[in-house]
Amino acid sequence: MKAAPFSYSRPADVDEACALLAADEGARLIAGGQSLVPMMAMRLARPTRLIDIARIAKLSYVRELNGGVAIGATTRQCVLECDSIVAKRVPLLARAIPHIGHAATRARGTIGGSLAHADPAAELALIAVALDATITYRAGGADAELPVRDFFAELMATNLPAGACLTAVRFPVWHGEKIGVGFHEVNARRSDFAFVSAAAQVALDRDGNCQRIAVGVGAATDSPLRLEAAEKELTGCALDEKRVTEAVHAALANIEPLADLHASAEYRRRAAATLATRAVADAKANAQGSKARAH
Amino acid sequence: MHIKLTVNGAAHELDIEERTTLLDALRDHLALKGAHAGCEHGVCGACTVLLDGVAVRACLMFAPQAEGSAITTVEGVTPGPGELSLIQDAFCETHGMQCGYCTPAMILVAHALLADNPEPTREDIVEAISGNICRCTGYAQIVEAISLAAERMRGVNRPAELTK
Repeated sequence: MKAAPFSYSRPADVDEACALLAADEGARLIAGGQSLVPMMAMRLARPTRLIDIARIAKLSYVRELNGGVAIGATTRQCVLECDSIVAKRVPLLARAIPHIGHAATRARGTIGGSLAHADPAAELALIAVALDATITYRAGGADAELPVRDFFAELMATNLPAGACLTAVRFPVWHGEKIGVGFHEVNARRSDFAFVSAAAQVALDRDGNCQRIAVGVGAATDSPLRLEAAEKELTGCALDEKRVTEAVHAALANIEPLADLHASAEYRRRAAATLATRAVADAKANAQGSKARAH
Repeated sequence: MHIKLTVNGAAHELDIEERTTLLDALRDHLALKGAHAGCEHGVCGACTVLLDGVAVRACLMFAPQAEGSAITTVEGVTPGPGELSLIQDAFCETHGMQCGYCTPAMILVAHALLADNPEPTREDIVEAISGNICRCTGYAQIVEAISLAAERMRGVNRPAELTK
């Protein structure tokens, strides 16, 4: 359990980090290292150089921006866990964060690191997909953006161009009086990697009908899935259990779930449907009980 | 690579390979064997140390990443040589250990928890130690130890009649 040799750099800013990255094909960025270091310990990753961006102060922030909430890439998960803007404006993110690893890994792990690592079981990846977040990165001296639906490539890979540094993620803020969230995951032990996870956010209108809904499923497929067909089906209805169950099952009927020795493909499909149904039910109950969240 | 680490209040200069984990730097270069090497990939929690007062896994950091932070190991929580911290004492009293492998980490997690939350509920304590595996499964007494330590810390420097 010792990493292969590498060299270590601590650049002063993002452009210097990008230059170091461009100069060495085997180089990897490191921030909290809570995903990368175990991979290196098991020699599943053997970077030739680690470029430590954890101390670039400009990359750590939470701020409201253009009607959304922008979060700097190296903002630590423990900071987000207690952040009042996140709690108020991106409640689904706030709900999911306590499920990420343990307190000791959240103390080091960053939001950008988790997204760039692209683990299909990562809670942050699921929330980004469910809420249709936008990824900001810097490459070749210029800033660029990717909608999250174009961000994840295959398993454990992103579509960031070579030499790019993920700099921020922006979550859209939902406005309305009755917004609620739900999150569920199943794993062998608390805070282990999820076999399946599900997240839902709903906005109810005055009559209690679903005005807007986002539902996503994580860990079931190569990257998190948004159940758009179910969202379409459920918008405008009262979110009664039968209808939610049917819509979620239909949306998951044709996915090709991952399978490993812990959970078969069929188990993952079944668990995904159950957890997504529960997440929507929780979100609905949460919305009914919640006071005005935004404005 | 030449690095500077501040451990238990003392400044150290080390020549290490970049790939040396903070855990190995503490154990092999500074002879601080209190942080234990268990799984060495972030699962067991036996290597827990405090980084600027916060519990982290020393096996999931390379030593150069820890430059500039204040590191506390279990050796650093005792008031003096041969003495025990109030939390360590509570672990002895409730027998909050069996083989002792997870104990330094459990004690540091308890230090971090109680510095933040002087009145933890049982759930708070369970949550705080949830990332630390005790293979002897002695969790009940560990929870009891932390609860007793919390109670005593709340009572420190208070007149006896106010301490309950």
